[in-house]
Amino acid sequence: MSDQDNITAQTADAVAPPPPRKRGVRDALRALAKAPLSAKFGLVVIVFYVFVAVFAPVLTPFGESEIVAAEYELWGTEVEHTDAEGRTQTVTLMFGTDNLGRDMLTRLLYGARNTIGIAFVTTCIAFLLGGVGGILAATVGGWTDQILSRIVDILMAIPALIFALLLLTIFGTSVLSLVLVIAVLDSTRVFRLARAVSLNVVVMDFVEAARLRGEGLSWITLREILPNIMPPLVAEFGLRFCFVFLTIASLSFLGLGLQPPTADWGSMVRDNATLITYGDITPLLPAGAIALLTVGVNFVVDWFLHKTSGLRDEQ
Amino acid sequence: MHNIVKLVAQRMALGLLVLFIVSLIIAAGVDALPGDLCQEMQGQSATAETLEACRKEIGLDKALPLRYADWLGGILKGDFGVSLANGRQISELIGSRLGNTFFLAGLAAIISVPLALALGILAALYRNGIYDRGVNVVTLSSISFPEFFIAYILILWLSVNWGWFPSLSNVGGDTPLAERAYKSLLPALTLTLVVVAHMMRMTRASIINLLASPYIEMASLKGMTKSRIILKHALPNAWAPIVNVVVLNLAYLIVGVVVVEVVFVYPGLGELMVDSVRKRDIPVVQACASIFAATYIILNMTADILSIVTNPRLLHPK
Repeated sequence: MSDQDNITAQTADAVAPPPPRKRGVRDALRALAKAPLSAKFGLVVIVFYVFVAVFAPVLTPFGESEIVAAEYELWGTEVEHTDAEGRTQTVTLMFGTDNLGRDMLTRLLYGARNTIGIAFVTTCIAFLLGGVGGILAATVGGWTDQILSRIVDILMAIPALIFALLLLTIFGTSVLSLVLVIAVLDSTRVFRLARAVSLNVVVMDFVEAARLRGEGLSWITLREILPNIMPPLVAEFGLRFCFVFLTIASLSFLGLGLQPPTADWGSMVRDNATLITYGDITPLLPAGAIALLTVGVNFVVDWFLHKTSGLRDEQ
Repeated sequence: MHNIVKLVAQRMALGLLVLFIVSLIIAAGVDALPGDLCQEMQGQSATAETLEACRKEIGLDKALPLRYADWLGGILKGDFGVSLANGRQISELIGSRLGNTFFLAGLAAIISVPLALALGILAALYRNGIYDRGVNVVTLSSISFPEFFIAYILILWLSVNWGWFPSLSNVGGDTPLAERAYKSLLPALTLTLVVVAHMMRMTRASIINLLASPYIEMASLKGMTKSRIILKHALPNAWAPIVNVVVLNLAYLIVGVVVVEVVFVYPGLGELMVDSVRKRDIPVVQACASIFAATYIILNMTADILSIVTNPRLLHPK
């Protein structure tokens, strides 16, 4: 993915000015009020998705893979539903049912939970691997740096999706192998960025001073280097999350990601794809949900990069 | 000239080295399997004798380096081995599909490259205007859309609602060229929308970069027309980065076909690969992965070499 390189290069520039000091909540809110419309839109989208993901079971009367009506019911169909305590009520199925007669809206809500949750965990693992590797490579240097960098070079020479397909064939398609395979493949990009920005910090005097006072490796990396490379890493976290999210959605769409009956947006598109040939837009709902979240995150990251890289155009 | 030949030779050597190591990784992947290919093939019905015979037949009884040499030698002769799922020759399975995939990627490239260049140059000329801002938001969004979202929107509009194109691209070996292009147009359009955004952003950035340099200011102070400045003064120096972006995106196209082929049931290499991953048909996946990886690496290497060759500063001896 060449655009990923480009974005990584942009985030690498963000280290140049000294990072802003920690400010109070009021300053953060003030910065937020001045944010461009696109960034505000992105923030609203993200907050909404997190809310839905956390409260999915409260927002819907049905279970994740409960069959509530016939297959492919139309939008707005009404059904009788009996809950756990035996009360019966009429529920309107806002988006109809899917290929197995499960409520589409329920699947969408639970899908937020599974799809975002797994992408988030994967991104965290990728950052742990790549970040630790990158900072170590920059701080220790020498052979460690050489070996780690060459391994990353080779991994990046193979297109990620193809490599993921190969590895999933070998290890089988389970959630664990999916998360690990994507995390390892993605940690290469994090490694490159973390190494590049740390290299700029490692040569500074305060790191030298810490070394001379005899601080250990963990102090130097965690207390001296890490705080100084946070802004580009945070921005990169957003971009990586989008990329991981899209990769997992694509793999699920191909039938190789999360396995049924787990609700997941990628596989929901695939399961209901035949509807599109009748002019029904139901399969576009999960696909649109994916697109909206990535657009939102991208807008926020764009704004964040703009702020931390010292490019102020509001003056 | 000596300098440039040396640089190009270095890049080629590096590319070949990467190809070699990647082939090692792909070949070694199979050995990471729990059990081996023969157990995978025979499943429950395996006995010690049949396993032994099978291992002998596909050469699993040899040492790893020997097997790798056999596998690599086979690939260079166009022999990828036998599919686990149906016992057919893999080269036979791949044969026409490889051509289909290249046809699709090529069609997408023919549409997207001129479009991206034109849009990028226009955005650079009218930068910070309404057109530029609109294009910026649209491209930022389309970069973040999953491919299948774009594909299904196109199917809904162009094929279901308006009936202009077929929603399935079932091209065969004997489909005439015009019909083949017509049937592949919808997947090609999807791919175009995916890559155009990035290509035009890079074109815009490199042109804006150039327009800020003093010699362009000089030219406009001399009273030259805008089009003459762009075409005669800016473009020759912008070729290197633009060519680089174009080739990098071609590399992306080759890989991006996988999802699009599945959506449109287009008989290409990507569809075969996904199908084989589902069946865990390891030799076929191996063969497809090596073809995709090799194409990707070679295109990336070409981008490197082209950016060296088109760099005017390297063409003149110091």
